[in-house]
This record gives sequence, C-alpha cells and structure tokens, in this order.
Amino acid sequence: MKEVRIFERPRSMADVTTHYCPGCTHGIAHRLVAEVIDELGIQETTVGVAPVGCAVFIYNYIDTDMYEAAHGRGPAVATACKRIRPDLTVFTYQGDGDLASIGLAEVAHAANRGENITVIFINNAIYGMTGGQMAPTTLLGQKATTCPLGREAKVNGYPMRVAEMLATLAAPGYIARVSVAKPKFILEAKKAVRKAFETQIAGKGFSLVEILSTCPTNWGMLPVEATDWLVEKMIPFYPLGEFKVPE
Amino acid sequence: MYLWMAKGRVKVFEGRCKSCGLCVAACPMKVLRISERINDKGYRPAEQFKEGCIACKMCAVTCPDVAIEVFRIDEV
Repeated sequence: MKEVRIFERPRSMADVTTHYCPGCTHGIAHRLVAEVIDELGIQETTVGVAPVGCAVFIYNYIDTDMYEAAHGRGPAVATACKRIRPDLTVFTYQGDGDLASIGLAEVAHAANRGENITVIFINNAIYGMTGGQMAPTTLLGQKATTCPLGREAKVNGYPMRVAEMLATLAAPGYIARVSVAKPKFILEAKKAVRKAFETQIAGKGFSLVEILSTCPTNWGMLPVEATDWLVEKMIPFYPLGEFKVPE
Repeated sequence: MYLWMAKGRVKVFEGRCKSCGLCVAACPMKVLRISERINDKGYRPAEQFKEGCIACKMCAVTCPDVAIEVFRIDEV
C-alpha cells in the first residue's frame, strides 16, 4: 500500500486563511491563478495588480509581486508595469464593481490599445465588500440593497455583458467567459485562465477571462444554493465560452 | 461495486475549513459530511466519514479555501 498525494495547495498560493465568507468562490479563482502560475513556472517573474473590493487582500494570498491600484485603475497600472518591464507577466484581478463600474474606461482602453496584460474579471452580479448594492452586472429582477424590489430595466438599465462588449474590439487577443460554480466548470475555467496567461507570454495582446462567481452572503443564500442559482439564472444571461481567440 | 475505480483518501485541514459544504455537494460518492466538531474559528469542518473515496479530486477542486488534500491509495 502506497499513498500518493494527487492534490495539494499550489506553491504560489500563500499558506494563510483567506478572509472570504464561507462558500465564496473567490478562493477558487485565486487557486486557479496560482496553479497556472505554478504550471507555467513564472512565479518569480509575475506581477499582480490587486483591485478594490472583496479581493483587495489578494496580495496576501498569491505569493508573487503585487501592486494595489486605485479603484478600477488596475489595467492602467498594469499597462505601466508591462511597458516598463515587458519581460514580466502582469495580471490584474478585478471584481465587477471595480472593472465593470468605476473602471470600465480603463479596461476598455487597455483592451483597445491591445496592452499585453491579462485581466481576471470576477462577475458575481453584486457589490460584495460594500454590502450588497446593485452592480452594473446585477440581473433584471435580482434584489440588492439599492434595488430592494429587484432590478428594473426602466430605472436601472440592463445588466452589462463585458466580455462580449470587449470582444467587439479589434485589438484583444483572448476573451472568454467561464464559471466556478461546479467542478466541471472549474476545470474549464482553469484551461481558460491558462490560455489567457499563454496569450500574454506569446505576446498576442490583451487577454481577459470573465469568471462567473457566487456571493452567498449578499445573495442571501446558502453556498450550495448560490451555485445552483448561478447555473440556473446567471449562465442563461451570461453564456459561457470563448469570444475571441488568438490566431 | 466500483472495484475498477481508484481508491483514495481525503484529508481536510480542519483549521482552514469554513463549513460551506461545497465539497459535500460535489462528492459523487457521498463520503463527505459536515462534522459535529467545532474548529478554532467556530465552524464545523467537513470530514470523510466512510470508505469509498475514488480519488476524483472533485472536493478539492471545488474547495474555496484550499483546505483539502487528496491521496490516491495504490495497492502495490
């Protein structure tokens, strides 16, 4: 009898407990990024840019060099870093309040310039850290503290499909939407994150992976219910897939 | 039953578990459960309570706190 360890903590994920709520899928997204960094062997040459939002402490969790950008300005900071040191691998990790709301201009222009950076975009359809306000990505009819009767198109507009929107631009190299709600989606998500980093390393331009994620606390659900809700409600509106692949 | 499948063992780092139950829902063999013990954060950690793990890693893949390690048991 011999025991072989077939799953362990990735090396570039720091050995600390995260501050996330129980069942928050940010942790899964962190692990996917850390695993890809390990697999590509780029821990020493990677620079991350932390967002403002729940994932603000990502610099404590992923063991690479890290910046902390002003709210929404991750792609601008990453642009500077990558232009000064093109040999480094630069990624930003942003939530939907950070990227789709206050930072939409930064990411759209970084994508339009075809900056050679990777953006990991976590879409959980709500503002997490500030207490469950409506985000640009909140679904129609979904309740949040700033739309307690549910989001209404007439008053609040429609939810925003960021991946499709950026895929209409000419410059980006790789744009995909994945989910981390169920194990099979997580395995696909990892392939997408890996492709995004490979796109950057090959110098093929801007890459973005939108990750559909859960927020059990602010959705007011148990963690397992939240993953089911994501599959039932979010995936029909935010279809998974690759919208742009490098030639 | 399932004689052709691999045998495995799940190790949960109890201090890190937040009792979210995603691993329990993900396990195809239903060998995990939320235990009655309380860890130092005040959560009830997950545990493997019976034999039958097939080392598929689904629990570890879905664990948001990376609190699970999976071992495959090879009979040599």
